Amino acid sequence: MAVTNVFSLQQPGAEDHGLERNPGMDFRPELFDHLRVNRSAVERRAASLPARRSVKKEHQAAWLLKAVSCIDLTTLAGDDTPGKVRRLCQKAMRPVRRDLLEALGVGDLALKTGAVCVYHNLIGTAVRELDGSGVPVAAVSTGFPAGQIPLALKLAQVRESVKAGATEIDIVISRGKVLTGDWRGLYEEMRAYREACGEAHVKAILATGELATLTNVARASWVCMQAGADFIKTSTGKESVNATLPVSLVMVRAIRDYHRLTGYKVGYKPAGGIGKAKEALAYLTLMREELGRDWLDPHLFRFGASSLLGDIERQLEHHVTGRYSVAWRHPMG
Amino acid sequence: MSIREIFDTLEYGPAPEATDHAEAWLAQGDGHLRHYIDGQWCEPAGGNWFETRSPARGTVLALAADGDAEDVDRAVRAARTAQADWAALGGHGRARYLYAIARAVQKHSRLFATLESLDNGKPIRESRDIDIPLVARHFYHHAGWAQLMAREFAGFQALGVAGQIIPWNFPLLMAAWKVAPALAMGNTVVLKPAEFTPTTASLLAQVCHDVGLPPGVFNLVLGDHKAGQALVEHEDVDKIAFTGSTEVGRILRKATAGTGKKLTLELGGKSPFIVYEDADLDSVVEGLVDAIWFNQGQVCCAGSRLLVQESVAESLLEKVRERMARLVVGDSMDKSIDLGAVVDPVQLERIRELVALGESEGATVWQPACELPADGSFYPPTLLTDVQPAATLAQEEIFGPVLVSMSFRTPAEAVELANNSRYGLAASVWTENVNLALDVAPALKAGTVWVNCTNQFDAAAGFGGYRESGFGREGGREGLYAYVKPNWASALSGSPVYPGQVPAEPCEPEADAPPAIDRTAKLYVGGKQTRPDGGYSIAVYDAAGHRAGEIPDGNRKDIRNAVEAAVKAPAWTTTTAHNRAQVLFYIAENLAARGEDFTRRIAALSGQDVDGARAELALCVRRIFDAAAMADKYDGQVHATPYRNVTLAMREPLGVIGIVAPEEAGFIGFISTVMPALAMGNRVVVVPSLRYALLATDFYQVLETSDLPAGALNIVTGHQASLLPHLAGHYGPEATWYWGDAEGSRLVEEAAADTMKRTWVSHGRFHDWFDADQGGGETFYRHAVEIKNIWIPYGE
Repeated sequence: MAVTNVFSLQQPGAEDHGLERNPGMDFRPELFDHLRVNRSAVERRAASLPARRSVKKEHQAAWLLKAVSCIDLTTLAGDDTPGKVRRLCQKAMRPVRRDLLEALGVGDLALKTGAVCVYHNLIGTAVRELDGSGVPVAAVSTGFPAGQIPLALKLAQVRESVKAGATEIDIVISRGKVLTGDWRGLYEEMRAYREACGEAHVKAILATGELATLTNVARASWVCMQAGADFIKTSTGKESVNATLPVSLVMVRAIRDYHRLTGYKVGYKPAGGIGKAKEALAYLTLMREELGRDWLDPHLFRFGASSLLGDIERQLEHHVTGRYSVAWRHPMG
Repeated sequence: MSIREIFDTLEYGPAPEATDHAEAWLAQGDGHLRHYIDGQWCEPAGGNWFETRSPARGTVLALAADGDAEDVDRAVRAARTAQADWAALGGHGRARYLYAIARAVQKHSRLFATLESLDNGKPIRESRDIDIPLVARHFYHHAGWAQLMAREFAGFQALGVAGQIIPWNFPLLMAAWKVAPALAMGNTVVLKPAEFTPTTASLLAQVCHDVGLPPGVFNLVLGDHKAGQALVEHEDVDKIAFTGSTEVGRILRKATAGTGKKLTLELGGKSPFIVYEDADLDSVVEGLVDAIWFNQGQVCCAGSRLLVQESVAESLLEKVRERMARLVVGDSMDKSIDLGAVVDPVQLERIRELVALGESEGATVWQPACELPADGSFYPPTLLTDVQPAATLAQEEIFGPVLVSMSFRTPAEAVELANNSRYGLAASVWTENVNLALDVAPALKAGTVWVNCTNQFDAAAGFGGYRESGFGREGGREGLYAYVKPNWASALSGSPVYPGQVPAEPCEPEADAPPAIDRTAKLYVGGKQTRPDGGYSIAVYDAAGHRAGEIPDGNRKDIRNAVEAAVKAPAWTTTTAHNRAQVLFYIAENLAARGEDFTRRIAALSGQDVDGARAELALCVRRIFDAAAMADKYDGQVHATPYRNVTLAMREPLGVIGIVAPEEAGFIGFISTVMPALAMGNRVVVVPSLRYALLATDFYQVLETSDLPAGALNIVTGHQASLLPHLAGHYGPEATWYWGDAEGSRLVEEAAADTMKRTWVSHGRFHDWFDADQGGGETFYRHAVEIKNIWIPYGE
């Protein structure tokens, strides 16, 4: 099947992970119109999947460290201040106590989180704080979380955020376009975001909790990938239902089929409601089982989470000491 | 491997389930597993023991008692002694024990799961998450049935002593499926687990002991087929329930034929897994994993025959291969595996041979490059494509992780391919089109149809087969009928109850007047009056010895023709129940209109006085009204299974039923047996009583005026004893009903062994056809249908 590259953007293939960016393609509704997702079957798979694989001991510690490296350490609150964001950035650069990392034999790993994720106004603070660390700054955009502002303002916000130094832009799609079946409208909007991002990577937040059906989730995933999304992401964290394993299954299967068709790898970011180490392992297992090892690094997988890191730290300390730990033994972010 | 290295490889690593508790339990009793008889642990009478091994590790787990006829006899006697008190304990009392067993299974769930996986080789995840929770659920659910028996099964009683023989693929779950309903209904049990897998049944016996179950209510005899055979042959067993191979099922069908033992068989399968082009293909792939790579494919209802619409066949198979490459085969105690060990080297060898045969017949064999453990009985997940219906592997059960794939063009062709099998256990249908799903599900010859899911089980839903997959249901209300009988069944008479007089010696015709106009009675086949193939007739005399007429002397070819006509007349089965009711009412109307003719005939042939004959005819009309009334009311249920789905328990006609009407019982015997079968939508081939055959041949004139479709009811007159073997032995009919002597009953049951057709025989006992229950109760309708459970998950 011929794949049309509608973008003339330079491929940032020279990045350290050597991944060729998804250029997108023409709007091709025939590739997703027929999709029907069977919710009950997806839920059964999602329920049995975490029970089918188990990681214990050293393996569990290694997997949890990997989870840390994939966290978009996030603060998205009305009362965020530069001081709060600086604290978060410091945590992103040193997410786990040095003594624990050394005890785990990974002192040389230079472990850091996948990114720091903030609102536009705090990009500057984060960029300065993270300078030279290699931790990218992600900004939520396009009228996050509801996206109910004019397209021109959305695009202006994207450009401003890129200009301010964000190298990852988490956009929200217009849920109304999904619910009314305006797939072409959704495609064009997404393509405009992608163009506005330029070199910055774009994560498309589907806000799956507001898309009503898994079939809509599958089709919206396809449209966003066709329009050049680098990542597809479940949620803003502000919907009443955020990341779930069934929704994730639908989205990663879309990623898999898109890869099979085009050869391009699109990343995945579940966000909202993932607070426990055990849940993180379930998501990593899902990625490994459905997409394979390649998707288990931060350039193709992120957690959007604020409290997950704390639980992982306690688990890692338990692995080192054999004792159950408490929050105050680990530095705050 | 260091954490630093694992950080890059992200291997899962080993995740072994600890076996120390299981080993400690096995070490009790010096590593011996004993019989549990009459509340006591017993050494085998013969002093012999056999080793039970872990198939994944090859190690000996324990020495199990090798039961023989003497052990079985002790167990049966204990069960017999205990049965009356157990039944008399009442539903609530029994419910308390079953509830305690359910609780105990939950309290020791990890020990049960670990032992099960050690002994059987299945992944610990499956025993932990599937088998053992289902076992607990089964005991809970049946505690409820015990509680409700008096109300919900009024008029029924326990069968007595049940001998239960179970397989090795789901050792404890099959024990639960057998034991829970039997005990709930007041039966006592002798359980014989498979020789490969005796351990969890032993733990179950311990649980029964610990909850204080009265001695003799549950008895466990370990051993191989010798113990099983002794149980089947034991004279004091009332019921045999068996799950296992069709081959052994056939042996049991023959062994119990004519003995009066009740029998239910849950046998093999080659279940179709049908994928239509609008299905959610990624979910289909996971469905296949659950269908054929669950329990190493050692599942009687495994979806082993993939039928996929041609338009999506390639893309589906590509996804399937990709998924297969991610399946992990390993030690059954590892929590991160998908497939464990097959149960025994013998089984492993059989799988290898069958796959080699498939390859030699032209199939393309594909296996992923997965690592198999060096020791133990392991077989990789396998896909065979280019398999045609004519290939051995499209027909034969493999009982291993081997999927065969075929394609189809149209929905109708899928059904045709799916039903092109001697089996009929289960089917799985994948489509997002509810119209298609609900069209296809009833058309499939399968006891269970899973729509957009597979291998779903629950205590509230019936499970069991059609055709050579056996008969009887386990689970749900329908499953309980395997362990009860109507109270009147024990009260059947040893001699005829019908008020027909002993016929006088034939006398000479009176010659002093011109004869009445001659009437030629014929066979009634395919809606036509036909002459008998042989060209012979039999004279029939009335009770006074006068020549009443002549009936055709039907032969085996007439039976063949009648069955063929019935098979080719599906319209009666597919028409609506309301239409059937209308036709039956109309038959009653037309019969009543000719009431005086029939009354005279009944009186003459039976020797009853006119009042008696009129009463019989009136009851016949009522019985037909009954049947008409039941036609659209004896409908199904929606079972409350604990998932977001509808589980429809549909009552379906069996298809074609061959009936040999009661010889002694005038017109009422004919009507009472034929009409319920017709009402439920079956086509019928009936051999009427020879003495009363003229009533049957008179009756086809009523049928002809009543809009009964051709082929729905076919009448072959003649000598019942000589026609019986041909009707009972014909592979076409799905059932044989026989009211006659013990020898004929034996013959019918034995002849059923080839196709596993349903049988209902009287073993030489006599119904009171004038009695509402014995002559026209719900039992007649229950025998005329089979229950299909259709699982339909929903949610968008």
